[in-house]
Amino acid sequence: MGRLAKIHEPYEINVKNEWCKGCGICVGFCSRNVLAMNADGKAYAQHPEKCVGCNKCEIYCPDFAISLGGLTDGADRKDKVISR
Amino acid sequence: MGQIEKTRLFQGNEACVAGAIAAGANFYAGYPITPSTEIAELAARKLPETGGKFIQMEDEIGSMAAVIGASIGGAKSFTATSGPGFSLKQENIGYAMMAEIPCVIVNVQRLGPSTGIATAPAQGDIMQARWGTHGDHPVIAFAPSSVRETFDLTVKAFNLSEKLRQPVFILLDEIVGHMRENIHIPHQDELEIINREKPLPDQPYKPYDEEKEVSPLASFGEGFSYNITGLVHDEYGFPTTDSEKTKKLLSRLQRKIDNHLEEIILTEEFGMDDASLVVVSYGCTARSVRQAVKMARKNGLPVGFFRTATIWPFPYEKISAFADKTKTLLVPEMNMGQIFGEVERAVHGQARVVGLNRFDGEMITPDEILQKILEVI
Amino acid sequence: MWCSGCGNGLVTGSLLRAIENLDIDTSKIAIVSGIGCSSRAAGYLNFQTLHTTHGRALAFATGLKMVRPELTIFVIMGDGDAMAIGGNHFIHASRRNIDLNAIIFNNNIYGMTGGQASPLTPQGEKATTAPYGAERNFDIMKVAVATGATFAARATTYHLPLLDKLIEKGVKNKGFSVVEALTYCPVGYGKLNKKGDATAMLNWYKENSIPVEKCTTVDHEGKITVGIHHHQAAPEFVEEYTRRTQGVKR
Repeated sequence: MGRLAKIHEPYEINVKNEWCKGCGICVGFCSRNVLAMNADGKAYAQHPEKCVGCNKCEIYCPDFAISLGGLTDGADRKDKVISR
Repeated sequence: MGQIEKTRLFQGNEACVAGAIAAGANFYAGYPITPSTEIAELAARKLPETGGKFIQMEDEIGSMAAVIGASIGGAKSFTATSGPGFSLKQENIGYAMMAEIPCVIVNVQRLGPSTGIATAPAQGDIMQARWGTHGDHPVIAFAPSSVRETFDLTVKAFNLSEKLRQPVFILLDEIVGHMRENIHIPHQDELEIINREKPLPDQPYKPYDEEKEVSPLASFGEGFSYNITGLVHDEYGFPTTDSEKTKKLLSRLQRKIDNHLEEIILTEEFGMDDASLVVVSYGCTARSVRQAVKMARKNGLPVGFFRTATIWPFPYEKISAFADKTKTLLVPEMNMGQIFGEVERAVHGQARVVGLNRFDGEMITPDEILQKILEVI
Repeated sequence: MWCSGCGNGLVTGSLLRAIENLDIDTSKIAIVSGIGCSSRAAGYLNFQTLHTTHGRALAFATGLKMVRPELTIFVIMGDGDAMAIGGNHFIHASRRNIDLNAIIFNNNIYGMTGGQASPLTPQGEKATTAPYGAERNFDIMKVAVATGATFAARATTYHLPLLDKLIEKGVKNKGFSVVEALTYCPVGYGKLNKKGDATAMLNWYKENSIPVEKCTTVDHEGKITVGIHHHQAAPEFVEEYTRRTQGVKR
């Protein structure tokens, strides 16, 4: 799942606040410290520019609350899986 | 089975399987238990002849589950058991009621409780049929008193089960189940066969439509995505705890039976016009009663015969209709009195209700009934 | 409906990715589930979903599979659901080698009812009905293989990519396929046994698992073995029944 950190526009990290339960797994699993918990106890992209699009946050979210936009195949697969 | 022209000797359990197949049954899941095992054995042999399938499960709980699973797959499915197995099936029977999945459950009653006497007849599971599973729920239960009627009521059980999306019981007993009678099996096209209503493909599908008494039932594999659960559910089958929806659902489950009493409640009577005593009976006991009433009438006694083939819903109105025209109702049963209280409820004190009970594994004989008639008339 | 950090969503996600990778026509998919936290997944999935009674999902699915053999059926169960109350149906579905995909969400306790011990609570660990330590537990993989399952594999919610693959392989196995997904319960089991939060428990899986292929050489006492534990084809139940009853005439 690792991706070469090439120069590119930052990955778009979407968090669906109503689904996020603030469990912190995405923060714990992000290898580049991109994510953090905000005051409401929801995940958010504190340093989106550091994101390398490894998609771990999306896969390890138990509530389908975080997804990576701009990740072309990920985006397609995400929509397909979530919205079916 | 339906193509047999001439009459021939049939065992009760055998007629049950014949009726099931005539009704279009094509799946059986069960577990061996005396005195019902012939039904499983015949189902195992006969169903494949008409493209049906049979499985002996690891226990009765699994059997009842497999019956429901197959019905959800589109099969007309049934099972047969006796007291101990009937007890084990109750939770899943309740599921079939809540999820409204058509299926037929045959209980060939034997002397209970517990292991009791496996080979001895009894009528002791009447209340279990009514309240065996938990919670408020309607029940349809038939009690055949002859081999031919076993065939007919099995067909009727499947038809009602399909029409109302409701599990239906057949309460046989060891006598009717094991006895043999010379009977004529009607030709297949003489029979009215009802199949569950199917949803229309191009419309949104509501498996539990609040506007309808009974909704169409799509089979899994026909491309309708929906949910089936034992939880209280909304019109699409998804769980809800909303009290308004709960009340509507449970009321509808009851209403769909109450609105069809005419069609469900089958009774037989004779000698009622001048009867000062009416013998009320069902199942194997009704055979002795028929003989006893004939003997009594031959001796000029004003005795009426009232038999119900439908135990649940109980024929309260039919009984109260004649209760004020007679003095005594005699209720012989092979148990300690299980419809006795229901008869009293139907009679509202307008007549005396007397029981005649045997629970020793032996049939109540015509002479015993006649003796009781002479004693109380 | 699952608690914050509960692994059930991860296993469900894995199941969905596997289904998507297998590219199965959705009208040919049925999800049958029992009763418990994990079994509520059925209510979230847009397939033909059947939420049955506690312990009986495999028996319901057996009836469904017999009359609809063309369906790919996933039977979602918890550890107690499948191996305690459902044990009798598990061993016989396995014996029959009926083509069902048993996905067991093993969170080592009864989660829905608040964390009681199950046959899969590690011996000595705490549960609300085992305050002095749980009794002896057994290993789902061993039970599955001993009773005849033709595919038995295990992964944890840390090993999600592996779990996706195992579910896919299970579906491709024509017979009884058991995929055990170890998924921690942070609220019940995690708190009582001081396993830390969800992330800590995921990392515990990472530290304490070992690929089953490596087990012969290395002492794996106390480690969780992950991967395919057994895969050996055998005649499938419904196909056999259909073959044996082919052409039976009145």
